[in-house]
Parts: sequence; structure tokens; C-alpha cells
Amino acid sequence: MTAIPKDAGVSVAADAQAWEPENSYWRGVGRRLLRDRTTLVCSAVLLAILVIIVLAPWIAPYEPNVGRAIIRLKPIGFAGHVLGTDELGRDMLTRLIYGGRYSWLIGISPVLMAFAIGGILGIVAGFAGGKVNMAIMRVTDVFYAFPSVLLAVSVSGMIGAGILNVILSLTFVFIPPIIRVAESVTTGVRNLEYVQAARSTGASPLSIIFTHVLPNVLGPVFVYATGLVGLSMIVASGLSFLGLGVKPPDPEWGLMLSSLRTAIYNQPLIATLPGACIFVTSMCFNFVSDGLRTAMDVRA
Amino acid sequence: MLSYIARRILYMIPIALAVSLVCFLLIHLAPGDPIAAMVPPDTPPDVVAQVRSDYGLDRSLPVQFELWLEHVVHGDLGMSITRGRPILPDLIVASGNTLILAVTGGILGFVLGCVFGGIAGVCRGTWIDRVLLGAAVAGVSIPHYWLGMVLVIIFSVGMHLLPAMGAGPGTSSVWAWDWAHIQFLILPALTLCVIPAGLVTRTVRGLVSDIMSQDYITTLRGKGLRWDGIARHVFLNAAPTVIAVMGLQLANLMGGSILVETVFAWPGTGSMLNDAIFQRDFPTLQAATLVLALFFVVLNLAVDLVQTAIDPRISRS
Repeated sequence: MTAIPKDAGVSVAADAQAWEPENSYWRGVGRRLLRDRTTLVCSAVLLAILVIIVLAPWIAPYEPNVGRAIIRLKPIGFAGHVLGTDELGRDMLTRLIYGGRYSWLIGISPVLMAFAIGGILGIVAGFAGGKVNMAIMRVTDVFYAFPSVLLAVSVSGMIGAGILNVILSLTFVFIPPIIRVAESVTTGVRNLEYVQAARSTGASPLSIIFTHVLPNVLGPVFVYATGLVGLSMIVASGLSFLGLGVKPPDPEWGLMLSSLRTAIYNQPLIATLPGACIFVTSMCFNFVSDGLRTAMDVRA
Repeated sequence: MLSYIARRILYMIPIALAVSLVCFLLIHLAPGDPIAAMVPPDTPPDVVAQVRSDYGLDRSLPVQFELWLEHVVHGDLGMSITRGRPILPDLIVASGNTLILAVTGGILGFVLGCVFGGIAGVCRGTWIDRVLLGAAVAGVSIPHYWLGMVLVIIFSVGMHLLPAMGAGPGTSSVWAWDWAHIQFLILPALTLCVIPAGLVTRTVRGLVSDIMSQDYITTLRGKGLRWDGIARHVFLNAAPTVIAVMGLQLANLMGGSILVETVFAWPGTGSMLNDAIFQRDFPTLQAATLVLALFFVVLNLAVDLVQTAIDPRISRS
């Protein structure tokens, strides 16, 4: 620990208690992760995809939205087009690379936002207890009463198509489950003896939250949230597939899959490529999440 | 036990009301004026005002909700803007079709999940376990709309074995359990079963391997009980949780089948929602969401009650 203790005495002792075992815990987690080959391979795949989509303008061989009508739906390996061309004669490889940017954006950002909002609400509900808990958790129950895909479709159907609207409606869908997990973990931590002890020494609620609750709650909630990314990728691209997400001509895996549906008769292989990208990404996120869960020994 | 059931049913009422409120408010999420979507752009203002008061949209929100709820309770889900007829009859037909698809897919997924999960749980730590668990993760990671396309490419486009779209020969939307109709059900049901199969596999695997390592199983083994006797114990202990997971999945299939229904042009609630969204038919969207969400609430209750009935540990606590 490099931070300089602000106060002498009790708070230093509390800090030491909160940080020392945690360091060795994280070292153990790292060791377990390094031994888990599936998680390592999937992380590498995800990292590779991330690098490719970030560097899209420098890597992609063509312009994503410019096509030539005379080379529509050419097969894989067609002169200069490694993965062929789509229904408007645009290079598939280029569009898959650029499409990943949108798919990752609309798939991951809802989970991140829901993690922040749901995490805060859940911790507040769990820590405050009583009426605050009642209010937050009963509202959560109501949104829990909707099947998640239905809620996402209905909300984005009402507010209309668009990238921002997809992200908003999916954030909305993922907040309730994250609140539930954060609340139950926080309630568990709140009743632990050392938190009671901190309270009895007169520590303020905020300092208890930051020194004791957050370090213990963030891990499990984060692991749970990573488990939602795979689902979020599928649903977000699904909304685009339905025409509720990214608008043409911009490339997005779900949208590309939908517009290539007419090509299943003459270029079936090309028509399935965007879906395969969603599948691989989602699967890698799920394997990594499982690996994290095992390595961190979370049972939530 | 009885008081638990009564409490659970009573608790459903506020949830159902709140769900209705959310569905009611949903229509107010739409940008702009819902009336603008209903009438032609050159409608005179007094006609617009008339339509507005016909739909009760000139009243305050609480009054509107009260009126809407009164209609809903009496079975009146409103008029479809694009079809110009009551929503409920169409919605009942569509729900029936979705139920057929969801139940078939759900049962398929349930059976596959129990078999794979059971095998993986018994063989925990072996390569069989790893392969099945990997398959389960793949199952929950598949974009099912993509799987639907792949199945169509293989079985309809490639092998000409099964029809790619619709729910029966011709345009009739009346379902029958004969081959002419069932062949339309196979691909969408296969597509839909993959996610519940994956989830149930993971659940059953965890449960089985947990139960197998319990002391009482060791004791039973020690007493010389054969594998079928042990399987019975494992089954009885795993059943409540598996039923809960499956019930939730079935409800999710009902509400989430929109993508698969769109791929296969299956005439269910999903297609109805999809049409309603693109024709800006807000009352239909609202009604379909309400019915599916209430179904979800009722199914959750049913799962809870079944779980209580078969698991003595719940009613005791």
C-alpha cells in the first residue's frame, strides 16, 4: 500500500485490516486465472477483437459504407475481398471490423451503466435497510416481473430506433438484477462483525461504505455484471436485427445479419458471418465471466 | 403452508397492478404525440381534439390510468390502430401460437438440459463434464436468431427437408397437431430450446454434483443402495430448483420469442409486437406487453407454489 495514512490510530489499523488480506486474495485470484486455460484463451480472443475494432480505420481494407453494385454478394476469397461482399457490394471483412465497434458499444455500455447505477442503488438499499430498502426493492420487483427481452423490445419499440435508445433500454433492463445482487451482498456484509465493530467505534456510514462495504461488494457484483455482457451483446444485436438499433447504412453485426437474410440462398456462408461474430464474442465473455467467478470464488 | 400460499397470492396483486402501471406508462415513453401517429398529417385540429378525447388522452394521467385499467379488467385491451379492430381476439390467437412454440422449445430444452446436466454432474471433473459444460456455455451464448438462420440454411435451403417460414400450409393461422403443421414447428422449437438447454444443464450439473457429495448419499451408498435408488434421492432433492429455473425460462421464452418468431415468420405475440412497433400501433404494443408480463407474473407464482408443494423445506421455514 503506497497511500499515506491520513489519521493516526484506529483508522490506520482499519485500513491495514481492509487492505492486507485483500492483496493476497487478489494475488490468489490472479494465480488461479493464469492456470485457467479456457479463460486465458477467451481473454486473448476478446483482446484481439478489441484491438482490431479500435484500429478499424487503419486495418480495414475498404470503406465500410461504399459498395460497387457489380460485385454484389461475391463469395469468400473473391479478388481482393477476403470474406466476399455483401448485398450492396461492400467488403464483408471491412464491415465486420467496423460492425464490431457498434456491436461492442451497444452490448457493453448498457452493462457498465447498469453496473454503476444498479450497484449504487443496491448498496444504498442494502446498507440503509428499512424503508429505503423497501422502496428500492419493491420497485425492482416490478421490473423483475418483465421478461428481459420483452422489456428491452417494448421500451426501445416505444422510444424508437437508434444507438442511444438501445443502450438506454438495455441499461434499464439490467439495472434490476444488478440491484438485487448488490443489495443481497451488501446486506450480508453489513451484518458482519467487523462492520458492526467499525460502527460501534463511531465510524461514519460513508467511511464504512468506502472502507468495508465497497471492497467486499464490488467484486461479486462485478463478476455478476460480466456474466450479463454475453446476454447483452446478443440482445443488443438482436434489437438491431429487428431494426430497433443501429440504422443503415452503418454496419452492426445484428443489422448486417438481418439485411443478409435475403442472401441465404446464394451466399449462405457470408450471410451467417455477422452472427458468428456475435456468437464468438458472447461465448468468450461468458467463459471469461465463468473463469472470474471460479477464480474469485463468488457464490452469487 | 396455506397461509404462505395465501400471502404469496396476495403479494401478486400489487405486482400485477404495478406491472399494468408500467405498461400504461410505456405509451407515454413514445416521443411526440400518440395521436399524431393515428391520424393523417393534414387532419383539422378539431378532429384531432375529438380523437384525443375519444381515447381519453385529454384527461390527467391518473384518470387515464384508472379508465384504462377499468377497460383491461373487463377484458377490453383497446382497438388496434392499424387493424381497426379490437386487440384481444388477435392477441389470444397469437398467444396460443407463441405458447405452442415456447412450450415445445421449453420441454425440449428441459429434457436435453436434464440429461446433459445429469451426466456432467455424475462425471464431474472428467472430460465428459468439461465437454458438456462447454456445450452449455455455447448454448447460452448463441444468438438464437442467428442459429435460426443457420438451421434454415441447412435444413430448408440445403436439404429441402423442412419449411423455413410460417406455422402451417397456406396462410391459415389455425394450429393443428398433424405433420403438415408440426414440420413448421421443428426448426423454431429447436432454435428456441438451445438457451434453456444450456441453463438447465448448468443448473442440473451443479445440483447433481453437490448432492452426490452430501453425507447422506455416502451413507446410502454405504448401506448398499443401488444406483437407481440413489438416483431417486438425487432427483427428489434437485427437482425443486430445476423446476424453478425451468418455469422462469418458459416465461422468458414466451416473452422473448420475438426474435425467433421474426426469423421464422411464426404468427405469435412476437410477430404481433414486431408489426405493432413498425406500424407505430402503440395500443397493440401496450396490450401485448401487458399480457406477456402478466403471464410472467402468474407463471412465477405457479413456480413458487409448485416448489412449496414438492419441497417440504420451504413451507417449514
